[in-house]
Amino acid sequence: MTVLVLLDHENGAIRQASRSAVAAASKLGDVDVLVVGRNAAEAAQAAAKLPGVKKVLSAADATSADELAEPVAALLASLADGYSHILGASSANSKNILPRAAALLDVQPIPDIVEVIDADTFVRPIYAGSALATVKSSDAKKVLTVRASAFDPVATEGGSAPVESVATPAGEDKSKFIGTELSQSERPELESARVVVSGGRGMQNEENFKLLEPLADRLGAAIGASRAAVDAGFVPNDYQVGQTGKIVAPELYIAMGISGAIQHLAGMKDSKVIVAVNKDPEAPIFQIADYALVGDLFEVLPALEAELDKAG
Amino acid sequence: MKVLVPVKRVIDYNIKPRVKADGTGVETAGVKMSMNPFDEIAVEEAVRLKEKGVVTEIVAVSIGEPKAQDTLRTAMAMGADRSILVETEAVTEPLAVAKVLKALVEKEKPDLVILGKQAIDDDMNATGQMLAGLLGWPQGTFASKVELHDGKATVTREIDGGLQTVELALPAIVTADLRLNEPRYASLPNIMKARKKPMEKITPADVDVDMTPRLSIVSVAEPAGRKAGIKVDSAAELVAKLRNEAKVI
Repeated sequence: MTVLVLLDHENGAIRQASRSAVAAASKLGDVDVLVVGRNAAEAAQAAAKLPGVKKVLSAADATSADELAEPVAALLASLADGYSHILGASSANSKNILPRAAALLDVQPIPDIVEVIDADTFVRPIYAGSALATVKSSDAKKVLTVRASAFDPVATEGGSAPVESVATPAGEDKSKFIGTELSQSERPELESARVVVSGGRGMQNEENFKLLEPLADRLGAAIGASRAAVDAGFVPNDYQVGQTGKIVAPELYIAMGISGAIQHLAGMKDSKVIVAVNKDPEAPIFQIADYALVGDLFEVLPALEAELDKAG
Repeated sequence: MKVLVPVKRVIDYNIKPRVKADGTGVETAGVKMSMNPFDEIAVEEAVRLKEKGVVTEIVAVSIGEPKAQDTLRTAMAMGADRSILVETEAVTEPLAVAKVLKALVEKEKPDLVILGKQAIDDDMNATGQMLAGLLGWPQGTFASKVELHDGKATVTREIDGGLQTVELALPAIVTADLRLNEPRYASLPNIMKARKKPMEKITPADVDVDMTPRLSIVSVAEPAGRKAGIKVDSAAELVAKLRNEAKVI
């Protein structure tokens, strides 16, 4: 069996979540990968070095340059003949494209898998992670997205796969890329950070949210947020951790002033160690926290930094 | 301009679902059900477009058991003009739902279909994209802003790392993200009025769609519980535990 993985890349580098998808794909068979878009040629070079990749398909044509769902789904469908499975990371990009490709192939997609049982059987969370469903597909081809936190990403070096050009099928021009507005951040990417420090409504305002930065810097952490903090305008929405935001599973997750609604827990409850700081001793977050500190986060934060500094 | 808004009846988002003891699924008997929160946002967007005078008619659609008519009444109380209930006891997998919706789109000929980005029960995030694929229409998924003008839709999308704007030729598919709007509550007079609004009832067979699921549920289980945590009294104790016990810093 040969498996095709659609890779997400940024400035020519393959995103970590996609390297996790390659790891999941390796459990199913030989792995070919597809890169599309503006930096496709560079990304193809990076993809060729991923261990376990047999062949890199690169579509560097203008039709798929903006990685819009319409041309890329058509491209995936046109390539599907040689593949038993088509995978992508559970990223905004793959979630946009893969279900469309699945419809073109008359296949029911299986999103967000956390375990591969066999070629037809997969485990995926449902109800915001409140249950794990094991599902068996009767489709001839499987279209899957992979939850990055459930599979260790393959390394960035070690492989040497050949690169082959593919062309996006010409389609009707029904969608057009206008632009992007990306949040600027020097910090590690939220989904791949080893440590995540998150703030909730308890941070009270945008200014206070910045108080998390020294702690995050000290720990080399990414900064996350609950939906309450995003809706209140403290931080942009791509900081959001939860059912509708990002799913993270860092080694250490520190929740500051987050009550712990099930939608938030869905995004972080697989973290290795969870620390919660909240002044409400009844906050649901304490039920899943490994270390619970009941107290005012505005007093705890400076004390934490002082302790970390003291210990070196 | 006509808009079609598919809505789904799901377990209320405030309820913690319980896995059935026999591992066949999640307990739904006697559990509070509501409209999927993302679908409320889709209905709200359609109603706002109508209030702006851009949209003339809103048709709400739901596919599922007879009780899904409650969800359609809610959509009509929010402002949908009429509704279609596609009655079935079958599992509503996105592929089959997209096929039913495609048939309804071909019959109703809307200029825009607004769906929620995902249902909070199966967490699939697929129906809108699949409908767009089946129809060959452009898609604006995870929308946080929608503007209609000159036969086009400008859609701002939530992507990893920020926002993306795309322009779609109508007819098109849009899926609503959380930040698209704040859905209104249905007022009592509007709930009363919604009872008189028309609801057409059909079955998947009427539109020639086979609902047989492609995925079979092998089992449904509770995720592994976490080991009970401990309470610490100070930042100093916390740092000591993280360093010496958990060894994560």
